[in-house]
Amino acid sequence: MSEPLITVDLVDLDLPSDDRRTAVRALAERLVKAGRVTDIDLFLADIEAREAQMPTGLEGGIGIPHCRSAAVTVPSLAFGRSTDGVDFGAEDGPARLIFMIAAPEGGNTDHMTVLAALARRLVRKAFKNELLGATDAAHVADYVQKEVAG
Amino acid sequence: MKLLAVTACPTGIAHTYMAAEALEVAAEEAGHEIVVETQGSAGSTPFTPEQLAEADAIILAADVEVRDKDRFAHLPTVTSGVKKAIGGADGLIEQAVAAAEAAPRGSTAPALAVEQSGPGTASGLMAGSASSASKVRGWLMTGVSYVIPFVAAGGLLIALGFAIGGYQITDAPSVTTGFDWGSSTSWAALMFQLGSLAFGLLVPVLAGFIAYAIADRPALVPGFVGGLVAVETGAGFLGGLVAGLLAGGLIFWMKRWRAPRALAGIMPVLVLPLVGTAVVGTIMFVVVGGPLAAATTGLTSWLNGLSGSNAILLGALLGLMMAFDMGGPVNKAAYAFAVAGLSTQSQTALLIMAAVMAAGMTPPLALALASTVRKKLFTEAERENGRAAWLLGASFITEGAIPFAAGDPLRVIPSIMVGSAITGSLSMAFGSTLRAPHGGIFVVPLIGNPFGYLVAILAGTVVSAALVIALKSVGRRTQAGTVAGSAPAPRAAATV
Repeated sequence: MSEPLITVDLVDLDLPSDDRRTAVRALAERLVKAGRVTDIDLFLADIEAREAQMPTGLEGGIGIPHCRSAAVTVPSLAFGRSTDGVDFGAEDGPARLIFMIAAPEGGNTDHMTVLAALARRLVRKAFKNELLGATDAAHVADYVQKEVAG
Repeated sequence: MKLLAVTACPTGIAHTYMAAEALEVAAEEAGHEIVVETQGSAGSTPFTPEQLAEADAIILAADVEVRDKDRFAHLPTVTSGVKKAIGGADGLIEQAVAAAEAAPRGSTAPALAVEQSGPGTASGLMAGSASSASKVRGWLMTGVSYVIPFVAAGGLLIALGFAIGGYQITDAPSVTTGFDWGSSTSWAALMFQLGSLAFGLLVPVLAGFIAYAIADRPALVPGFVGGLVAVETGAGFLGGLVAGLLAGGLIFWMKRWRAPRALAGIMPVLVLPLVGTAVVGTIMFVVVGGPLAAATTGLTSWLNGLSGSNAILLGALLGLMMAFDMGGPVNKAAYAFAVAGLSTQSQTALLIMAAVMAAGMTPPLALALASTVRKKLFTEAERENGRAAWLLGASFITEGAIPFAAGDPLRVIPSIMVGSAITGSLSMAFGSTLRAPHGGIFVVPLIGNPFGYLVAILAGTVVSAALVIALKSVGRRTQAGTVAGSAPAPRAAATV
């Protein structure tokens, strides 16, 4: 992979907790700044469309807003941690770890394999605990990148 | 316990894989083996035939339709949404184990599932253990399974049209020019014309779904259009086989191209169908169509020159032609030759017409007979088609044999050609005559020497049926190893 899935610029350890849309927009803006999303409105619309099918909140305080979008240039992960939690529609309460997964439209299989590897990590307790306890954005980016690549 | 699971979600990038991971972890903790097929966007690796055969139960954790579900028809099944598999994987594993214990699978179950491999199967391109011959057969059978309902519906409508309206129903004006609700002729014409329209779809549907079986949805368009070209150029059913295999092979190969990122999204909906259709259509029109049309013309003029010679040999030759492509150009050449002769009202022409119709009736009848007396040599779909084939054959609708021939051309076509040749020459030898151009069993009262005629048909039918049975038995035995070993192979998943 030429481009890592996540970089330090895509990590927000103090995500605004007001509501889901604010949190999602904050992460999306990071993707735009990093040049990975070309059109924030299109991208957010695609995210909302996926969210409308079924909320992406999962048990255990995780939210995974995600979509395939023509506005995405590189498969990317933006990670946010919220102290108070953001409601992603999970039955057991708000999400503290938010993984925004951005996939390009019609991406090839190699791209998608990376995202599949990421998705598999999300259900592992050790992965979650590492992220919950992290204090340094650079460390988070390194850790996730290593996990996914390995 | 050996479990299988399929996970799938709308976007195919997150939940599919999370659910797979959760199920794998939960199964391991509970001490069971599990294989998960992730039907997501990173491509899915289909279950192998061995995995399908050995499994005790399957979990379908999906928010979208699971692909090729009928592979699992023989397994106890637990169904849930994909999210439940992430949060409650251990519960699903428990349910699957309970389902497996409640319904211990019978030893014949997997075989049953194979037998049901009818419509809806993208067949076993990925099945590593399948021999190439059985792969080709799998593709052809997929095409055939989609064609059979068209043959049955169209053929029976045509037969009804003949039964109600007599043989001259072929000349009735189109029902679009007027329809009389009280007239049986109008109804007969309606049935006949509806049936003819359905028959017009046989070759395109055959070609389209052979292509689909090889390379999935992007191959449908080139297959269908290639089939239409086969009809257009008069290349008929054999042209359809060529078009289907060509379209499937081409798209399968093109799918392995690494498309530039900008094009990747539109490859399956635009680029593959467009390029595939253009290429297949060109080949069908220019390469396949021309020679076939020329051959048909040449054949007709050759036949016209031949008719003076030995009548029995001519009967045999016409019989071979009638059975060769079952409604395709060679069959039509023989038929057109006979019908053209009718207008001369010469005795020879009436003999020829009788021989041609008899020889056109035997292929469906023979296959109906074969699939009745040796059920095991035929698939369930073929057996069902066999029941309709009795009436199709009796109605002189040779197309009734196409589903059998398309699935196994090398064994079926020679068999029915021999039988039809015997019928054709016997009909000539008995001096049966026919003044009607069509009608099958319904015009027997019009036939000169009807008894000899029926004997001729019977003889050809029995010979063809015996040959088909013999060839299929031999083939089955030599292939036994691969066929049995790869039992569920044609069921392997689509590749996308």
